[in-house]
Order: sequence, then structure tokens, then C-alpha cells
Amino acid sequence: MSRLPLEGIRVVDLTVVFAGPFATWLLAGLGAEVIRVDSIHHRPDMGRSFALWPTQEMLDGHDGARYPNGDPGKRPWNRGAFFNRVGWNKKSCCIDLRHPRGKEIFKSLIRVSDVFIENNSATAMDSLGLGPEALMAANPRLICINMPSYGRSGPYKNFVGWGDNAEALTGHNWVRGYQDEAHPVHNTGMFHMDSTGGAMAAIVAIMGLIRRRRTGEGTAVDFGQIQSFMPQLGEIYMDYAWNGRIQRTTGNRHPVAVQGCYRCRGEDRWVNVTVSNDRHWQGLCRAMGDPDWGHDPRFADQAGRRKYHDEIDGYIEAWTSVRDNYEAFHILQAHGVPAGPVLTEQDTFREPHLNARGFFEVIQQEEVGAYRYPGFLWKMSETPLFCRLPPPLMGEHNDYVFRELLGLAEEEIAALTEEQIIGGDRYTWA
Amino acid sequence: MNGMGEQIFSGVRVLDLTWHISGPYCTKVFADYGADVIKVERPGEGDPARRMGPFWQDDPHPEKSLLFSNLNLNKRGITLNLKNEAGRELLLELAHKADILVESFRPGVMERLGLGYETLKAVNPRLVVTAVSNFGQTGPYRDYELSELVLNGFHSMINCGEPDRYPLKKGGYACLHQGGLVAALATLAAYWCATEQGLGQYLDVSLMETQAGDVDRKTVDMVCWTYSGRIVYDYRPGADTWRANHIMPSGIFPCADGFLASFPILTHWPRFAALMKDAHPELEKLRFPEDMFDLDTKGEMDIIWYEWLAGKTKREAMEACQAVKWFGTAVNTPADAVEDPQFLGRGFWVQAEHPVTGRQTYPGAPVQVGEGSWQVRRPAPLLGEHNAEVYGRELGRSEPQIQALIENGVI
Repeated sequence: MSRLPLEGIRVVDLTVVFAGPFATWLLAGLGAEVIRVDSIHHRPDMGRSFALWPTQEMLDGHDGARYPNGDPGKRPWNRGAFFNRVGWNKKSCCIDLRHPRGKEIFKSLIRVSDVFIENNSATAMDSLGLGPEALMAANPRLICINMPSYGRSGPYKNFVGWGDNAEALTGHNWVRGYQDEAHPVHNTGMFHMDSTGGAMAAIVAIMGLIRRRRTGEGTAVDFGQIQSFMPQLGEIYMDYAWNGRIQRTTGNRHPVAVQGCYRCRGEDRWVNVTVSNDRHWQGLCRAMGDPDWGHDPRFADQAGRRKYHDEIDGYIEAWTSVRDNYEAFHILQAHGVPAGPVLTEQDTFREPHLNARGFFEVIQQEEVGAYRYPGFLWKMSETPLFCRLPPPLMGEHNDYVFRELLGLAEEEIAALTEEQIIGGDRYTWA
Repeated sequence: MNGMGEQIFSGVRVLDLTWHISGPYCTKVFADYGADVIKVERPGEGDPARRMGPFWQDDPHPEKSLLFSNLNLNKRGITLNLKNEAGRELLLELAHKADILVESFRPGVMERLGLGYETLKAVNPRLVVTAVSNFGQTGPYRDYELSELVLNGFHSMINCGEPDRYPLKKGGYACLHQGGLVAALATLAAYWCATEQGLGQYLDVSLMETQAGDVDRKTVDMVCWTYSGRIVYDYRPGADTWRANHIMPSGIFPCADGFLASFPILTHWPRFAALMKDAHPELEKLRFPEDMFDLDTKGEMDIIWYEWLAGKTKREAMEACQAVKWFGTAVNTPADAVEDPQFLGRGFWVQAEHPVTGRQTYPGAPVQVGEGSWQVRRPAPLLGEHNAEVYGRELGRSEPQIQALIENGVI
């Protein structure tokens, strides 16, 4: 019987929204034992719970959406969607990292672990006395991954900001937006850096293990999340470095294709369509019932279609706007045209293809109940991934960590708990 | 080129049957960290990315594509006709010696070529085979077509743009690249498993799933929806109160030479007062937090902010903001990013020498895992550049045998 790929690898997790928890969720899914360290003295990060004691007004507004049935319950930190989304397969223990004894216990956990990951500000771990030097001294075989936005060196290492701010520096804001607006930049709440940083950090962890297998040594990794994103816009930077051209936003347009996001029947319903070549164009015309404009000689080749892009957009939207976006999607695909709906959250859960492939996982958690969660991002033939643990309640695995893993004596655990250095359910911020 | 020390994947051999963007970005991770990636291209035409712009000096030449040059840095390249029996046999010989094979054909093509997983497994039981496809190897959309724009629709696109206009995609080919990065993680995990357990396997990576299940706010909001039947936010600016429920400037603002990104939260008010203390000392008198919600005064605050920014470059404004921990950063153009002191300071940009395009700048290491783990060893391969090296020296074909392969259109 084969084991999961990372079975036997232990990861200590001190991450906060979003890239860090994504990284440790990916590793947990691959079989690593991920132990998240929470605090009974610091209110949990935004990932565990944005508003600890939301007012009824907040619950009636957006904030209620984060909790099952809109109810935060007695322990909102165990019921938050943001944490639970990436919480499953992980364990949780509570240690006061400000207390000298807490630091010692944390280091003893590091000593029996393989990987450490955090994505707090560049100075947070150093100011706790738990920077990479201290952790590598405790365990020279550790893969220690510190992943602040900009990295631990360089003029911006202490810069503050959100994903918006970091992406502004990459140039991503500059190249996304509506091409017809004078204001060349546009914001959104979606930051590609969270995606790239999470996946790359998980890759780094395994690369560190491979390096350790060969050299016998651990590695301290200074990971600036922003740099995991930039190679993905490579040709845009190179167009400046090689050709001196500063690319601007092209909206949804493409350098060669005719494409767009077209309005469909209903409120805020959209379908994306791309026509890259003659075959796609002929398919599009067939799909739309062989209209007269399909025979317009001006549209006979891709260059002509590019020239009259706006006019063609009008014809396409006239057809899509009286159809459901899924209907348009299937008709176009049946004629070999790349097309797809713009999915809302609801659409994604109902998506027939994702469901046919068993994409969603039903997970039962005692303070939440059973719900469906987005599942693994790929399928493995010999080591199929599965949900081993529900999202951990805060401190759920205190006993496992302190007694079994670290071998602390009963009296010691009792004394440390009494002093509120480890464990317990008496959260001082609650 | 750079130092030639041992890299993470030194000694690992990857057989790369991918093309376009996602597959090559997957194998790029292995190539950049030291693997011997042999890129297999169709004789004559090669990877379609060779014909995708932008091009060096805007010359649409197959060795001058910037996209191709970046995606295939550090790889070796051979040509091979897989539809030919002799070509198929050469591929199986290469698969026998490989640790990893990545392909991005449409589902079913590998089987039709006589190169299905069972065949590959028989040749090399420890081989990791990764299939990167649009929608995966199974399911109702298996044979559907995809583009970068269509892929964006499965990610967070519904939350990008203005509420009364069409949704917007991300920049460039961000989603196709990210799908490749996820495929690299899956492949690496399986490679680790193969070396630890002696077990090869087959991976089915659906680009749709890499985006639909990606952990950004979209999938978090999916869990919100299943929990409560609601979502937390519509993130499109102006669609709700996401960042507009207080008087502080939040968004992208013009300054003397470009734009500044400014994204405060309520508790940042004292930082704003500190930022403005010379020009507008009266701001310190505002009551916190109640005056923050007096949106009737937002217009006055905007005037103060626009006037302050108008006299500063984006870098000056950023320095001033950061000095008081105000969440303000310059909106870099691609040119600014290439010249930005942070990325220069961390040695992010690298140079590589290419026989056609010369010495040029490329994006470098996302991260170093130990010194010298990411290196430039060679530029992207010319079409068929390493045919003689691979078929001759490594597979032991003689000069006349190689000549025959060329004449028969195999390579």
C-alpha cells in the first residue's frame, strides 16, 4: 500500500491570510502533518475570524456570510469560512510565543519538525526572537520558509501594504484594466500574488527536502512573494528590456485574437469568447446561425477581424445577450470555439464538469456541520489525495502536540496551561 | 554564465512534450532549478509559442519570441515526429532514461500515438507522467477548447472590474502560467514520492481546476456561500462598502509622474494625520472614529490628498507614505518594475546570452533555496538545437543513422 507523497514530513505553520495558509493546505493535502500554532493571547489573524464579536448589524451585512447560517456561534474562530477553506487536513495547538517558556516549547516543536512556514511581516519573527537564525540553530535540518511580501532584504523589506500595494509595484495594476479608460489602472480584491506565493512556497518546501536528502542540511529560505508572481508576466517586462516598449492595459483583448467578455441574459451574467483563427471564426459563425455579417469580406481573415474588432463585438453580444451564458458556452464549444462562462461562487459549486470529476469534498466538522469545500487541484493515480482531517478547532490538538509529540509531563502541561503559556480555552482576547 | 554548483534538480531528467504556456511553465520550474529538461518539438514548426509575440525588434522569427524565450530558458531542445514509428521508439528510449514526463496534448492523443500511460509505465515503472490539459482527462468538457480569457472566467474574474461594466481578466497570461505552476507542484510531489517509495504514477492536471479551486478570495467566498447562502463582498470597487465607508483616500490616485496605490483601513487614521501634519495640521483635531464616517467631508479630504500628491512623484509619495506606515506604494509601469531598486537589489533580473537575440534581460529566481539553486545555464533552445547531442552522443545513433532519421522526417 503506497503512502501519501509527504507522509512522515511535519510542517509547523505560522501563516496568515492568504498565500501562507494556501501553501500549508497544499502540503497537508499531499500528506504532510501540518501543525498550526495559534495563540490564546493574540486575537486570531483575519483568516481565523475577521470580526471576533460582530454586531447584529455586521452579521446582517457582509460579515454574516462568513459563518454557517450567518451565525458566528460561541467560538467564531472555529466557524469562519476563510480559515476553514484551507484549514482541513491541518492540526492546531496554542502556544504563547511572547513568553520565554513558550518560545522554548515552540523551538522543541521545531526540533521535531521538517518544515516551518510563515508569511508575517519581514520583522515579526525576528522581534519574537524566532527568526530564521534562531530556528536553524534549534534544528539545522529545518527547511525554514519566511515569506513576507517583498522578502527579507532590499530597500522595501519593511514596507507595509496589502496585496494591492505589492501588485502595484509589479506593474500588474498597470497592465490590467479597461483599455478605453484614461486612468490606466484599476483595483480589485483579487491578487494573483496570493496564488503564486502559495503554490511556490509549497514547491520550495519539497525542494528543500530534496536538497536536505542530498546534503544533510536544512535551508533558511528568504522568499519574497512578489518575486513568485513576476516571472508569470515575463514577456511584458522583456518587451521593455529588449524592445523599450512599455505595454499598457489591453482590457480583455489579446495581441492576435478577437475576444471579449460578452453580456448574457440575466443580471451580471457573462461569457468569454476567443477567436484565434479561421477555424474558430467559421465555428463562431455556424454557432450563431450563419448570419450575413459572417460573410462580410472585411472579416475574411484575422487581420480584418482585428481591424473591425468593435463591430464584431457588437454582433457577438447581440447573440449572447439573449441567451443564458451556459447556453452560449455549450453552443460555441460544440462548434469548436473557445468559450466559457464567468463563474460566480454559486456557479462553481453547481458546475457540472467539476462535479462529474468529483472536485468537491464533503467535510464534517463538529462546530460547523457538514458542508462542501473546493477540493484538490489535481488527481494522482497511485496516491489519490483525500480529506483526512476536518478544519481544526483552535487548540484541538494541544494534547497530541504537548503530550505525545513533545513528551511533556502531565504536571508540566497542567502548570503551563494554568499560566496560560500553552493550550486551554481561556482566550485572553475573547 | 553563472556559477555551476550543484542545483536542486541536478541529475533529474525531464522529458518535455508540452507546448504553448502552461506545460512549458511547469517544466521551467524544473529547468531553472537544475534539471536536464529535454524539450521535444514537432519538426519544422516547433512549439506554437515560437510564433507568439512580442518579438525581439518586432520581427516574427521563431527564435525571437520573448514569451518562448522566457518559458524555455535552461531547456535543451530536440525535434521528433511522434506519429512516425521510429519517432515513437526514440521517445520510449528517452522515457526509459527519464524521471519525469510532462505532456499537454489533448486527452486521448498520447494513447493514439501509442504512448499511453500503460506503455510508458512498462518502459519505466518509476516514471512520473503529468498530463496538463484544458479540462482534465475525464468529464463532459474533456474535449472543450480553452484560452487565457476563458480560463480567467473560472477564477476570480466576476470580481474584477466596475460593477456596471464587463468583468476584466488579469494581465498577460497570468492564469495559464499559474496553472503550470500548480502542475509543477503536483509533479514535484510525485517525483518526491517516486524517489522515496520507488513508485511512478500518472497525474491528471485540469487547468480549469487549478483556477476554480485556487485559494484566493474567490474560493474563500465559495465557502462563505455554502455556509450562509451569501458572499462576503463583491470586490469590484464601487459595488459595495469594501473600502469606501470612511473618509480616507483608498484606491489608485494620480501624482506628478504617474499613480500611487493607497489602501488604508480605519485604524490607519493617525498615520494619515502624521503624513499631512505639515500641510494640514488641523486634521489632528478630527475625532476618531466618528468623524471618519462623515462621508459629507470626503470631498474635502480628497482635495487635500490630490493636492498633496500633485506635487510629488510616485516614488517621493511612496517614501513619504512608508515613513509613517501608510499603505501607499507606487504604481510601477513594466519599465519601472525592471528598474525598481527592490528587484535590482535582490538580484531578480538576470542576463542570458542567446545566439540569435544576443545578451538580454530575463526574470530570474522566484526564490533561492540555498545558494545557486536557481541559475541561468543556457538560453532557450533553437529548434532542434540538441538533436545531434541527444540522438548521437546520448542515444548512440551514428552519423548515417541520424541522417536517415532526418531524411525520413523523423527528426
